[in-house]
Amino acid sequence: MTEIFGIPIQAFMGQLTIGLVNGCFYAMLSLGLAVIFGMLNVVNFAHGALYMMGAFFSWMLLNYAGVNYWFALILAPIGVAIVGVIIEKTMLRWLYQLDHLYGLLLTFGLALIFEGIFRHNYGSSGQPYELPDIFRGAFDLGFMFLPKYRAWVVVMSIVICFATWYTIEKTRLGAYLRAGTENPKLVQAFGINVPLMVTLTYAFGVGLAGFAGVMAAPVYLVNPTMGSGIIIVVFAVVVIGGMGSILGSIITGLALGLVEGLTKVFYPEASSTVVFIIMAIVLLIRPAGLFGREK
Amino acid sequence: MSRKAILYLVLLAGACVVPFVGYPPFLMKCLCFALFACAFNLLIGFTGLLSFGHAMFFGFAAYACGHAAKVWGWTPEVAILFGTAAAAIMGILVGWLAVRRQGIYFAMVTLALSQMVYFICVQAPFTYAEDGIQSIPRGKLLGVIDLSDDTVMYFFVLAIFVAAFALIHRIIHSPFGQVLKSIRENEPRALSLGYDVDKYKLMAFVLSAALAGLAGATKSLSLGLATLTDVTWQMSGEVVLMTLLGGMGTILGPVVGASTIIAMENYLSGFGSWVTIIMGATFVVCVLAFRRGIVGEIEHRLVRKAGK
Repeated sequence: MTEIFGIPIQAFMGQLTIGLVNGCFYAMLSLGLAVIFGMLNVVNFAHGALYMMGAFFSWMLLNYAGVNYWFALILAPIGVAIVGVIIEKTMLRWLYQLDHLYGLLLTFGLALIFEGIFRHNYGSSGQPYELPDIFRGAFDLGFMFLPKYRAWVVVMSIVICFATWYTIEKTRLGAYLRAGTENPKLVQAFGINVPLMVTLTYAFGVGLAGFAGVMAAPVYLVNPTMGSGIIIVVFAVVVIGGMGSILGSIITGLALGLVEGLTKVFYPEASSTVVFIIMAIVLLIRPAGLFGREK
Repeated sequence: MSRKAILYLVLLAGACVVPFVGYPPFLMKCLCFALFACAFNLLIGFTGLLSFGHAMFFGFAAYACGHAAKVWGWTPEVAILFGTAAAAIMGILVGWLAVRRQGIYFAMVTLALSQMVYFICVQAPFTYAEDGIQSIPRGKLLGVIDLSDDTVMYFFVLAIFVAAFALIHRIIHSPFGQVLKSIRENEPRALSLGYDVDKYKLMAFVLSAALAGLAGATKSLSLGLATLTDVTWQMSGEVVLMTLLGGMGTILGPVVGASTIIAMENYLSGFGSWVTIIMGATFVVCVLAFRRGIVGEIEHRLVRKAGK
């Protein structure tokens, strides 16, 4: 059997794809965080909880209503986005004039509430989400077997990430959004409904988290703590990449997933801490983050 | 004697009486968490830095102290000092990294680093993973006074608390504390006045970390337990909530907040996930409608009344 650095190539590539899949989720979540932070100046701690909610919505749709994966892929993010609209309209709205810390504290409280509610109803053991038939099996690439669903996650999340990047950087809507980030008062004076734009931005950001949750449901067990586990890693990703750049957060997310996968191959003990170690190194060398500009 | 001094004396007298009425282990837990919250408040309330990872100092000091007392058989006062020193060293390292970023990033950096400490604690042999360090002996204070009696231990904890509280009070009212407050109010101006802002922030961070470590070490001795719970991000969130609920930037607020939260957890311990939900809801309510906190609100009313 072929080997890379003394490790069977199958195992090596297997860990690498798992790393890439994780990286896709990091990328989608940190992208949503960056979009929300850019517009609202709120670090959305509830992002992980809303990702978990997306996964649970798709599980509930399948098990209570018999709605399949494809519809869940659309319905669950919309459900999460509606929750987002409610949060923004009833709570976050009142905090924009205050210190940014309050937004973080509020969303932290919301994350606790969501996690508590789902743990109360479903326990913390986790529910398996059945993979749709079409994704069973794997592609034989000659040097490795690539499970179909993992390939789907990677392709789909890259498409979503680049669509978001394109919308924000290249379209008129994105131009409004970027202008709103720079100077909301002036944009409002031009006749654009900024409060509505803020609400929709938040809804879109958390909808993206919900979408990631649906994608994650068949990969990991659907459980109430899946959000809090990933959100802290995503925060580290955001610190490494800097929240200023959309493309930066996508690339950083994917790259760190890969690094994590590689660490699992060569030094498994450090796989849970490697992202934080990289964060510490980046803070030493480039405190503003790899793609960031210090305000 | 000022009214404030009278208030402190009354509170101290009350603290000396309660162990004969209440349940000492619960009271010790309250004191330890009150100290933890006071240490945290030194950062958020007086320097304007939100550390979202203070559990790493609390929990790691608890492990260090528990290990020293149980495995090495050190006397309690040395074990506690060892735990505090461990937290202080960790505070230097973490603070050195974290003060490089401002505001919201500071919170994220501390949170991420504390998660790293958590994962290290999960794997390290001296923490005994899921079991934690159990039945840590309280030993004999200075080799003489036996601490195994709950009431005696309570007074030992109370002495530590009062000493640390006095220290915090002193720090806040010192010229150093005034510089910290100026950083909280307007960092660029403090910088332009010639203060080395990062150095002051780091000093405040290390002091806060060491005091949080003192709280954790004392907790592990008085309850005889050091577990992974103490290093989780939930614990970091809890101390934020205690301070927020009691009143950020007030001296007594963290004490009130910590006692309230510990009492609430105690009464609701049978309800499982509801504790998390209620804590989350308290967060939301505090942030939206009660930002001054309990003590802050009382002070505000008193000042307004006096002004009329």
